[in-house]
Amino acid sequence: MRVYKPKNDVQAKAYYTDRYYVAPQVPKQEIASDEVFAADLETIKTKFEVKEAYIQVEQMVIYINPHDIYGLLELMRDELEYTQLSEMSAIDWLAKDNTFEIFYQMLSMTKRKRIRIKYFIQNGQAVDSVEKLFRSADWSEREMYDMFGIEANGHPFMKRILMPYDWQGHPLLKTYPLEGDEFAAWYEVDKIYGKEARDIIGPELRDTARVDRYDSKRFARLGFEVPKGTEITEDMESTVQEYQEDGGVFLIRKVDKESSKVIDDPQR
Amino acid sequence: MAQVKNRLTPFFENITFDREDNELILNFGPQHPSAHGQLRLMLHLQQEQIVKAHPDVGYLHRGMEKMAENMIYNEFMPTTDRMDYIASSSNNYGFALAVEKLIGLEVPRRAKVIRMLLLEINRLMSHLFWLATTALDIGAMTVFLFAFREREYLMDIIEGYCGARLTHAAIRIGGVPLDIQGDFLHQLKVFLNKLPQNIKDYEDLLESNRIWRMRMEEVGVVPTEMALSWGCTGPMLRASGVAWDIRKEEPYELYDEVEFNVPWSDKGDNFARYRIYMEEMRESAKILYQCMEMYEKCQKDGQTELMAHAPKYISAPKLDIMTQNYSLMQHFVLVTQGMRPPVGEVYVPTESPKGELGFYINSQGGPYPYRLKLRAPSFWHTGILTDLLPGHYIPDVVSIIGTTNIVFGEVDR
Repeated sequence: MRVYKPKNDVQAKAYYTDRYYVAPQVPKQEIASDEVFAADLETIKTKFEVKEAYIQVEQMVIYINPHDIYGLLELMRDELEYTQLSEMSAIDWLAKDNTFEIFYQMLSMTKRKRIRIKYFIQNGQAVDSVEKLFRSADWSEREMYDMFGIEANGHPFMKRILMPYDWQGHPLLKTYPLEGDEFAAWYEVDKIYGKEARDIIGPELRDTARVDRYDSKRFARLGFEVPKGTEITEDMESTVQEYQEDGGVFLIRKVDKESSKVIDDPQR
Repeated sequence: MAQVKNRLTPFFENITFDREDNELILNFGPQHPSAHGQLRLMLHLQQEQIVKAHPDVGYLHRGMEKMAENMIYNEFMPTTDRMDYIASSSNNYGFALAVEKLIGLEVPRRAKVIRMLLLEINRLMSHLFWLATTALDIGAMTVFLFAFREREYLMDIIEGYCGARLTHAAIRIGGVPLDIQGDFLHQLKVFLNKLPQNIKDYEDLLESNRIWRMRMEEVGVVPTEMALSWGCTGPMLRASGVAWDIRKEEPYELYDEVEFNVPWSDKGDNFARYRIYMEEMRESAKILYQCMEMYEKCQKDGQTELMAHAPKYISAPKLDIMTQNYSLMQHFVLVTQGMRPPVGEVYVPTESPKGELGFYINSQGGPYPYRLKLRAPSFWHTGILTDLLPGHYIPDVVSIIGTTNIVFGEVDR
């Protein structure tokens, strides 16, 4: 019987997990254990609905409603002194419940604290752009769109940033295979020569370590060079190449391996 | 088969090159010697002055975040080398620290000291490289040769430790793989004793140089608000009036035990950034002297452990693996299947030579991270060019790109 492979998540999977294995959890602390976070959360709670909040690895994590994000970040920047948006991106949970999880990593330099704000959106739903509050969101929202296909409403230039503009598919989705899809495999060939050239050119050789010692057209035989296109057979005699003529070249001295010396102390 | 000419039509972002007004569009890059990698800038010009800049990145995109989702944690370590390849140990370290925080590991003291030595050597290497290339862009060939010579010595020292010059992979999750070998400390001391004179040489060559000052002073001024809003960190932020250094403010490793200053400036221009790089080299040297003392103290106290003891996550020392059956079994499982950190997420910032290097890891208890986000400082230092370049002139572009110290392995990941 063929092994079942889920189509909605084609990333690498552990090939063996013990039946009774229960994964441990990274411990979560109560918000009350940190005064600064507790005070911040109180201020946030007066204006916005907070679904869940806890401290994990010294940073506060809060879950909010997707439509609150602009207002919340404005409040945090102007009143709570979280002046920098270090990072934002998404996590793909499409295979589990057809949602994306969006996170915003905030930094307060005066309080030396970091908060992670998170919310869930449905597949196909757009997020509110916070580019007007933090210019850094300009590029990170574009990256999120490029990698996941999540659009940001109100963004001035919602275009791909890392992938080419005419790319198809969003690479960080769990449905996107690591080695790329058919479009990715033929991208250059299709673009430069046209689809009809696929058969002539053939698929890309993906093995970077591949060396064919009988192929004198595509591989150099360092120190054993032959003219390009020479048929190489196994019983062929050795073609060791010496690079410097015996008679010598003008201004160039032939290296004498015997009398060369190795410098022991590089800093002398 | 012959290539069909004009088949590959260039795709520009709604740009028409024939324009009615006086605006000229200049395509700067992606292959440009002063772009320090593959940066393409679309510059809209009025005469020589830039009115709009549009940086285009992604030419070095290798999908590291995707690769991370398909690799076990230890397997990903050499890939992090390829982010900021000028100072690769700092990337290794950022990733190792993030996983250690996720697991909740405490690293042995001797390993911490060696890590700090490596990190500061990397910072020096990166700053020397920055100085060399930026000076070369401005036209100062001598400084380039001098700074590359010193960087070469540091690379020799690193090579003596881990065998590699650029892509070190010298740090492991849970510690370091090797103790310091041979005359590492001696060579480092020789280097550091010469360094103040070397830095003075660079300064003598540059600071009384009219061209250098004219191209650096009052050029590329980043106001504090812009730096904060664009997520700038590291020297970019410190030159703009915020004395924020993660080593000082949120100390990791043993940075709370060493004494050093955080140089900062409120000018925000190229020259301020240049001064900060120079001062940071001096501070790094200070830290390195203290680390060497700490290392010698570790040796005296007989602290020989280099890897944390956590059999669930970290392989036992080689001697145990070779002599004890259970250690061998665990090592086999950890190598073939990988460690399984607990379910949870973590964001760990570290101060890399370029700025805040952050690793966000979301683990679902499997041997592969469910999501790994690399927060590379250069990404935003490239983005800020959109707002920074307008108003400047074409030659300023080169010096501004120089002082932002962007590395494209890190921007594109």
